[in-house]
Amino acid sequence: MTRIWQGNAGPVTVVVAAIILIWYVFVVVLNAPWERDQAARAGTEISFIQLVKNTMAQERPVLPAPHQVVAEMWDTTVNKSITSKRSLVYHGWITLSATLLGFVIGTGLGILLAVGIIHNKAMDKSVMPWVIASQTIPILAIAPMIIVVLNAVGLSGLLPKALISTYLSFFPIVVGMVKGLRSPEAIQMDLMHTYNASAAQTFWKLRWPSAMPFLFTSMKVAVAISLVGAIVGELPTGAVAGLGARLLAGSYYGQTIQIWAALFAAAALAATLVAIVGLGQRIVMQRMGGPA
Amino acid sequence: MTVISASDLSLTFQTADGPVHALKDVTLDIGKGEFVSFIGPSGCGKTTFLRVIADLEQPTAGSISVNGMTPEQARKTRAYGYVFQAAGLYPWRTIERNVALPLEIMGVSKSEQKQRIERVLELVNLAGFGKKFPWQLSGGMQQRASIARALAFDADLLLMDEPFGALDEIVRDYLNEELLKLWAATEKTICFVTHSIPEAVYLSTKIVVMSPRPGRVTDVIDSTLPKERPLDIRDTTEFLEIAHRVREGLRAGHGEV
Repeated sequence: MTRIWQGNAGPVTVVVAAIILIWYVFVVVLNAPWERDQAARAGTEISFIQLVKNTMAQERPVLPAPHQVVAEMWDTTVNKSITSKRSLVYHGWITLSATLLGFVIGTGLGILLAVGIIHNKAMDKSVMPWVIASQTIPILAIAPMIIVVLNAVGLSGLLPKALISTYLSFFPIVVGMVKGLRSPEAIQMDLMHTYNASAAQTFWKLRWPSAMPFLFTSMKVAVAISLVGAIVGELPTGAVAGLGARLLAGSYYGQTIQIWAALFAAAALAATLVAIVGLGQRIVMQRMGGPA
Repeated sequence: MTVISASDLSLTFQTADGPVHALKDVTLDIGKGEFVSFIGPSGCGKTTFLRVIADLEQPTAGSISVNGMTPEQARKTRAYGYVFQAAGLYPWRTIERNVALPLEIMGVSKSEQKQRIERVLELVNLAGFGKKFPWQLSGGMQQRASIARALAFDADLLLMDEPFGALDEIVRDYLNEELLKLWAATEKTICFVTHSIPEAVYLSTKIVVMSPRPGRVTDVIDSTLPKERPLDIRDTTEFLEIAHRVREGLRAGHGEV
């Protein structure tokens, strides 16, 4: 019995159970007025037990019950072919592909900017303020413009959405890599100087490996906000596919269960992506001689 | 033959609190094969002097030559190996790959690298530890690995900046003894910064006593101790006399402030 509480499983189970319980309470509280209205309109009395039952089985509840969301997710993943427009897997893949493309471009761009910033004084002074300023603009404001402008030059589909992901994800990479590439201690830089090492040698043998922990930490943040970027990119463009489109369609037609299912799919996707980056980090760090 | 020759060397750092005279009119010659210790309280410029030799700092006045060249030229010909206060090994490289680092940068062939790594690891008594990562070694072993790294490219001059300062006395004694053996075996010129009087006397053929504000040389003592030095030489009167003279020099430097 006590062993359960030593690992993570025990506490996590308790927290999840508590959240689900609170959720059910809110389901009853938030959905009850509609049920009472219905009963009043029909001129009938509704028992408390019946009321509670009904609040958990509405077609368009204010707050769907957890089991309704789970059922919807099951229905739209397992029971639908993945090419179906009603399949969450299909929509998830559309968003995921934009996320990954945007993340890869963002990471590459972020690393390049960081390398420029640490090697070039002018870039150090001039680029960083713009990088920070870029993140103060609400992405919702700039996303439609990116889509429209790129559409005007003949780019549509995956790339514009990916670029919105890039816009968000390059930022943590730049910040993390500037710090990481500058992380070698003074004596390690001095040592390279005494060897008369070139800038390239110093970079590849010292700065780059020193920056690895910073890179992976930044990439965890970047991959999660890449997904946010891809979803946001789908919202203002009238996209017909993707988790963002699914969220938007759900809100147009009051399909709250569909919205929540898409939300959970997005959260699960983000968690998986972060976990994959984390796994990559563990593998790389182990290869770099870290304690097993 | 003179390896290092400094005359009227001065170095002033400009800081927010005004100029700091790290070195003032230092004139010193170091011959080939000598073991020279620089001793003095912190702020006396002993490390700065070593860094000037290594072209890590630029003097503001006077002149210095290393192997008859400017420090910059000497650095570019890889004339010296530098051992820092901390081992500064790369945690992501094994010991042998750490030792290989300068060799890789200097473009030494793989087979030659292997040969040299084996030889220097043997010199510092780390044979068999090549495949270990730094975190698997004690502090003393890490510092020995960093000495091996400085020896790997076979420069004739070894600059050591308080290499054993962070180690406990037992390990330090052992490493001092090892260092003397290594010096005898390789016949290198060694410049050694320390703030320990016994360490300076035990190791050196020449002891340079320095004092702070401004950093300058107050005494240069040529040791009369034999080249062969067992640890218990530290109990002989000759040793104690030299130690006494060093202490006097340090005190005199302080008195003038």
